[in-house]
Amino acid sequence: MNMISTKFTTRFKTRTALAAAACMLVFAMQFAQAQTAPAAKSDASPAQAEPWTAIPIPPLHAFKPQQPKRIELSNGLVLFLQEDHELPFIDGSILIRGGSRDEPAAKTGLVSLYGEAWRTSGTATTSGDALDTELAQKAASIETGGGGATTSVDWGSFKQDFDTVFGEAVDLLLHPAFKPDKLALAQRGMFTSISRRNDEPDSIAGRESAKLVYGKDSPLARQAEYATVAAVTLDDLKAWHDRTVVPNGIIVSVEGDFDSAAMEAKLRKVFEPMSRGEAIPPLKADFPGPPPGVYFADKEDVNQSTVEILGLGTERSNPDYYALSVMNEVFSGGFGSRVVQYVRTKLGLAYDVGGSYGADYDHPGVFRSEVGTKSVTTVAATNAVLEEIGRLKTVPPTPAELRKAKDQVMNSFIFRYDTPEKTLNEQVVLAFYGYPPDFLEKYKDGVERVTSADVSRVANKYIDVSKLAILVVGNKAEIKPPLSSLGKVTDLDITIPPPPGKPAR
Amino acid sequence: MRIRRLVGIVLAFAVGWGAAARAQSPASMAQYLAGFEKKTTVKVLPNGLTLIVCERPEAPVFSYYTLVDAGSADDPQGASGLAHMFEHMAFKGTDQIGTTDYPAEKVALAKVEIAYADYDAEFRKLVGQDPARLAELKKVFEDAQAAAEKYVVPNQFAELAEQNGAVDLNASTEEDSTQFFWSMPENRLELWAYMESGRIAHPVEREFYKERDVVQEERRMRIDSNPIGAMVEQFLATAYVAHPYGRSGVGWESEISQVNATEAEAFHKKYYVPANIVIAVVGDIKAADAIPMLTKYFGPIPAGPKPEPMTTIEPAQFAEKSVTIREAAQPFYLEGYHRPDYRDPDDSVYNAISDILSNGRTARLYKSLVRDQKIAADSEGFSGFPGQKYPGLFAFYAVPVPGHTPDEMRDAIHKEIDKLKTSDVTDQELEMFKTRARAGLLRGLADNEGLAQQLAEYQTRYGDWRELFRELDRIDKVTKGDVRRVASKVFVESNRTTTSIIFTPPAQPAVEDAGGAE
Repeated sequence: MNMISTKFTTRFKTRTALAAAACMLVFAMQFAQAQTAPAAKSDASPAQAEPWTAIPIPPLHAFKPQQPKRIELSNGLVLFLQEDHELPFIDGSILIRGGSRDEPAAKTGLVSLYGEAWRTSGTATTSGDALDTELAQKAASIETGGGGATTSVDWGSFKQDFDTVFGEAVDLLLHPAFKPDKLALAQRGMFTSISRRNDEPDSIAGRESAKLVYGKDSPLARQAEYATVAAVTLDDLKAWHDRTVVPNGIIVSVEGDFDSAAMEAKLRKVFEPMSRGEAIPPLKADFPGPPPGVYFADKEDVNQSTVEILGLGTERSNPDYYALSVMNEVFSGGFGSRVVQYVRTKLGLAYDVGGSYGADYDHPGVFRSEVGTKSVTTVAATNAVLEEIGRLKTVPPTPAELRKAKDQVMNSFIFRYDTPEKTLNEQVVLAFYGYPPDFLEKYKDGVERVTSADVSRVANKYIDVSKLAILVVGNKAEIKPPLSSLGKVTDLDITIPPPPGKPAR
Repeated sequence: MRIRRLVGIVLAFAVGWGAAARAQSPASMAQYLAGFEKKTTVKVLPNGLTLIVCERPEAPVFSYYTLVDAGSADDPQGASGLAHMFEHMAFKGTDQIGTTDYPAEKVALAKVEIAYADYDAEFRKLVGQDPARLAELKKVFEDAQAAAEKYVVPNQFAELAEQNGAVDLNASTEEDSTQFFWSMPENRLELWAYMESGRIAHPVEREFYKERDVVQEERRMRIDSNPIGAMVEQFLATAYVAHPYGRSGVGWESEISQVNATEAEAFHKKYYVPANIVIAVVGDIKAADAIPMLTKYFGPIPAGPKPEPMTTIEPAQFAEKSVTIREAAQPFYLEGYHRPDYRDPDDSVYNAISDILSNGRTARLYKSLVRDQKIAADSEGFSGFPGQKYPGLFAFYAVPVPGHTPDEMRDAIHKEIDKLKTSDVTDQELEMFKTRARAGLLRGLADNEGLAQQLAEYQTRYGDWRELFRELDRIDKVTKGDVRRVASKVFVESNRTTTSIIFTPPAQPAVEDAGGAE
């Protein structure tokens, strides 16, 4: 994947803050995973006939998504097996509890470095470089990675290479050999990311919004610096590995062209001898939400402001999750949603506009609305989005809006499990966070039952405009009227702290 | 959050994710082709539109990909960005979708165009522009827009699709082509055919001028406020002197702020003719049932002549060119060499070079610049930029680690290029390239969206989707001598354009400007 492109699109893909932070170099040219839905105007019954209503919609072909086989070993390790015989491949993943949120603050970046140096270093018997060649010749892959809540080893190969490639992956899990040159390589990569993190407004907004919502020292928001990255040693990587690689903190999932019974036997043989340890405990943190006010990061080489309106979201286990999901659809679930209709289509103030009351699995998500608009319309566009947020409380969804929002969720539901891989991933994530395996079906039923009054109720219960923070990344000289018309402005210092012993540039 | 996918994204960046798969022999690939021939039906309608239906009943869904063989390179002179603007307008609906009263709306939209033409004529006057008259004409134009908007059901087209379960609904404009796509439950196939044929045959340029504002925001986001976007725009403008590949795809600000709906309609009339369109549908559908239904919807689209091929051919470059950007942005290096278009007999050789230089951790640029010399965080060479239909560029880039300069990137890249010219690549490198090409193709076959795209693209570019498989034969024939020959021919100084971003701290507030004119 390279970073140079000249493609332009109709929709904008909302970034995931984590991905954006992790790979600042990717020149995002992917597209929208929908966020956004329909609006008030179309509720008026059109004078013109709607010929499409006469087009038959037959019942959907019967389909029962194939669920993966779940096996729990006596040492607590969980296996998921998903057969898929369409192509002659087998892919797998070893997911390990514990991620960057569990690393020491003074060594922020440790898990990222670990995730990279683990694979590039290789094993006690095969160096990472040798592994590169061996796998490339088979067009196979083994990759390790470090995320927020997990680390992982993923592998994939032609089925006839499974034994070899899986063997190497397991060797990497059980006998890693962290090497100084590969740690240094990973550190250089992170230093480069740090040095470039103020080049793009999106990346600034992604970081600063997390710090506002969760607090700058929160395990969910703190950022790697030259000093914290430089502080990480080989011993830290080894200690991390020894601490996290315990079977009761691991889920192994395999998908592809195999026989489950035979595969189960192979996996048992490898993983059963591992002895239990102490898995990383669930996240403990306080979530006070953002301090209200206007926060500004000046960037004098842009002509567009990136605005985020921020609050604290919720967890998926919240019984109001269904009603909040429908609220999100009404607010910003598609081209017809309120905020898109108003800010983009009616006012023409933005290309990128959207938002949602975010829900995470094990901690409150972010209630985020965002808009990108030319400098001079910063205040106007911000107010327009705020107005729509306020309307969620005062204007309940009309019957047409509610129907559209729910139709959109229901009719596209099939795409949550239309491939064996999606079904498998869903079960892995649910198991990882301790959610019931039928969460998706319950979600569907729950959404189906949501009423307009429910949406209104949750909007009034969860949205408090006085508790929201407004973050703007833009060009101060061009922003007129000034941001002070939105409230008291706090300037954010986004200066990158220089490496230890070097003067600031 | 899908954990595996997220990690995948991060790694894709780090190493260029060589999708797994092993050397299938060419013979077994022929089996896959045979299997696909049974499942795939091509039908060219009397009006010239090509339909491809591929049966893949794994789940009750389908994906489609409409490829219009016209893109930014076809923007008229003075109207850069028009192809992309029209792509946006294709979501504004039809004479049936998005309107409360089309006959009345049509009249109102005609008035908008007249009012805009009057305003525009005054606005563009070089001499004697009358501000009062301009304001007056602007008011008339705005009133006309408001009058037309009364008939609009905003975003009804996309909303109808989404309400019926469409996902990944989007479109994109590249230099060579414009594409529209989404996925839907299979029981909405006919509804989709109604919608897609409607917007190809009868698009309505409603809310054009507001969408023009939206597109300008897209430009600000992707180009003006993005150092790499701005750099790429300057790079291409420098590399090309005659061919439209050198023009901004999203449009120069002055041009995209002045295009009008009449021009967009003319663009549609010329380029959105059935003979210029291929549509591929992949999923849980039966060709025997689908083709007659699709013919009913797509057949009546009025035929038109296939647009005449472009006359402009980029003249051979004879002197090295370079752009140096001094800004408060982190350093970057990019260079490119002109190469022939995709029909060139050496097309697969360029693929080989790009793979050997860039694919994964065994790639030469990674090993040399990133791993061993420790001067770059990332470096790649890639082909067919910004397009492949016409002669594009083979480009190289490198991202310096702190403390290293674009000049060092250039020298290190040139060393790797020289190696390609002076010594053969290894058998192992060439074999890895061929193995990965086969594996990559195979991996792509289990994905409705990707498959629809591939089928439409190969059908458009080669007149036969089977070329997707046959291309592997050309790849298999690439030799070490080919790599050396092509590298020696193309990677020469006089054929090179380079671009560097050199970090330059922002100027201190200019005291001497105080009190000056603003």
